[in-house]
Amino acid sequence: MGGPHTSEDIEIEIPGTSSKEHSVSIQSLDLSFGAVEVLKNLNLDIEDGEFLVLLGSSGCGKSTLLNCIAGLLEITDGQIFIKGRNVTWAEPSERGIGMVFQSYALYPQMSVEGNLSFGLKNARMPKDQIAERVARAAEILQIEPLLKRKPGALSGGQRQRVAIGRALVRDVDVFLFDEPLSNLDAKLRADLRVELKQLHARLGNTMIYVTHDQVEAMTLADRIAIMKDGIIQQLAAPSEIYHRPVNKYVADFIGSPSMNFLEGFVQDGSFSGSAVSFPLVSYDFSRQDFTGAATFGIRPEHIVTGEAVTAAPVQLSVPVSVVEPLGADTLALTQLGGDPFWIRMEGEATVRAGDTLSIGFDPARGSLFDAQDEKRI
Amino acid sequence: MVDATAIEPRGPKPKRAFSSTNIMLYGTLLLVSVYYLLPLYVMIVTSLKGMPEIRLGNVFAPPLEVTFEPWVKAWAEACTGVNCDGLSRGFWNSVAILIPSVAVSIAVASVSGYALANWRFRGSETFFTILIFGAFIPYQVMIYPIVIILRELGGFLGIQLMGSIWGLVIVHTIFGMPILTLLFRNYFTSVPEELFKAARVDGAGFWGIFFKIMVPMSLPIFVVAMILQVTGIWNDFLFGVIYTKPETYPMTVQLNNIVNSVQGVKEYNVNMAATLLTGLVPLTIYFVSGRLFVRGIAAGAVKG
Repeated sequence: MGGPHTSEDIEIEIPGTSSKEHSVSIQSLDLSFGAVEVLKNLNLDIEDGEFLVLLGSSGCGKSTLLNCIAGLLEITDGQIFIKGRNVTWAEPSERGIGMVFQSYALYPQMSVEGNLSFGLKNARMPKDQIAERVARAAEILQIEPLLKRKPGALSGGQRQRVAIGRALVRDVDVFLFDEPLSNLDAKLRADLRVELKQLHARLGNTMIYVTHDQVEAMTLADRIAIMKDGIIQQLAAPSEIYHRPVNKYVADFIGSPSMNFLEGFVQDGSFSGSAVSFPLVSYDFSRQDFTGAATFGIRPEHIVTGEAVTAAPVQLSVPVSVVEPLGADTLALTQLGGDPFWIRMEGEATVRAGDTLSIGFDPARGSLFDAQDEKRI
Repeated sequence: MVDATAIEPRGPKPKRAFSSTNIMLYGTLLLVSVYYLLPLYVMIVTSLKGMPEIRLGNVFAPPLEVTFEPWVKAWAEACTGVNCDGLSRGFWNSVAILIPSVAVSIAVASVSGYALANWRFRGSETFFTILIFGAFIPYQVMIYPIVIILRELGGFLGIQLMGSIWGLVIVHTIFGMPILTLLFRNYFTSVPEELFKAARVDGAGFWGIFFKIMVPMSLPIFVVAMILQVTGIWNDFLFGVIYTKPETYPMTVQLNNIVNSVQGVKEYNVNMAATLLTGLVPLTIYFVSGRLFVRGIAAGAVKG
């Protein structure tokens, strides 16, 4: 950027800070657009070779965070380290990142080959080396027959492959994906998802992946960071996030249909709601001796029906209002205490709207949240 | 066996050639075409007639005897003041004014439009607003101040700007700026932002992105800008008459001097030929680039 700091003295600042071992490290990052605070004191350390997914609904700041890491947005405060190097003031091209965009962002007037080599040409790389890199990326992504074509003559999936290839040729440490599969149809999305996972296994690079699709997040991620209002709500492995959400927002966000919630009160190790009350015998409390208003959440797939009900610690009957057969399983929308209550059953389940269904669940599989601050109890 | 009434509706619905809609549509189009083409027809026909034939008064009649004499006279012999070398002098003056004016104004406007669209800087919106405001200030207000500026600037640089072709080039460049910058900015804003981001990640800078990404994608808007400037500058009369002198008059000013000369006989055929000759450049431009023009106008206008 032409500032007083050369790349040498930036390097010198680093040893001694803990960011050295991490592939990407973000320290107390703030970003505001005028008076609007988009990211607030955000800290995030990403391990070398990790696949991290930033998940959240639109407007949560996940794409903004990715743009900050890429250097496409000027940050208000904080530091960003990539491979132990402080890149806070570095240009996007100097950060050792490759980026894949939702709209592919291929240069329309250049051939696929031109698209792949554009960044290398800008870096003044020798021609034979460029050819070598392009050939390798094309081989990995199986786009060799397309090299001479223009992006306009490619299908959506092929375009996205080329976009990934453009990041690949740069031979960078960190890949950034900004909702790369959102513009593709469902089938292709599932295929490319698997390919991305294989690509990550093969290359072993650090990947940061932004999505609003929880299936992509659950299947791809080593760790998921769920964001809301510019704050990371929970950063954990997918199963941890699924089974032990730290707050009601995360619990509600992950899972489809989402978790069922019952309002009530916790006292002396028991939950009492308007429709149902039960003891929390084997529940793994995060906060002992909690007393007060609370929300109990249980996932639709953790509710049992049929024979298994007799063995369940909590048993009740609910009226069925809507049935959604999905083939592999069947969803039933029932009413419990006037609130909607989803149940996931096996695909062969024969249940109709208007039936009364006997259900059961184990409170230990559910989650309790403080009604005040919505945090896990 | 099958009669017409028994046919089940199937496939495309049959269309009647002389439906009332079609009659209305083509009738209107025909009427409007005649309205616009008739004067052009009269001009062409008159320019091919000799003066005796014109005096017969049959304005719409085709020429009995086709002659190109008026065209030759208009181009090479018609007199304005003491010069009797026809419109050719004005034509070459206009070309000499046109080429640098168009090139410089488009070069400057495309870069400023690109900077305003993609490299937002502090005060860029204010700057843009002021620029747009400039498009609505009547020219008349600025005529005299510009005379002074050209005179002083010329004196400062030690060259003759007022009255020279270069003075007029500067004036055309300045007056083209607001509308052209608006045009380019709007077009570049419609280019997906991610493309711009991708180019930055790929290490392209301000000029790299402009020349390698933006310009190759923007042929239509460059064509539109070129057409606007070529026709605007070619048809300009006011600036030409004010900021140049008789030796450097553009074609339009010279045409006026030929057509409105009060001495001698009115040579309608020469006047018509001279007018057609002057209009030939913009007309050719429209014919050659019509399709690109429409595409570019649409692309540039949609997003504001």
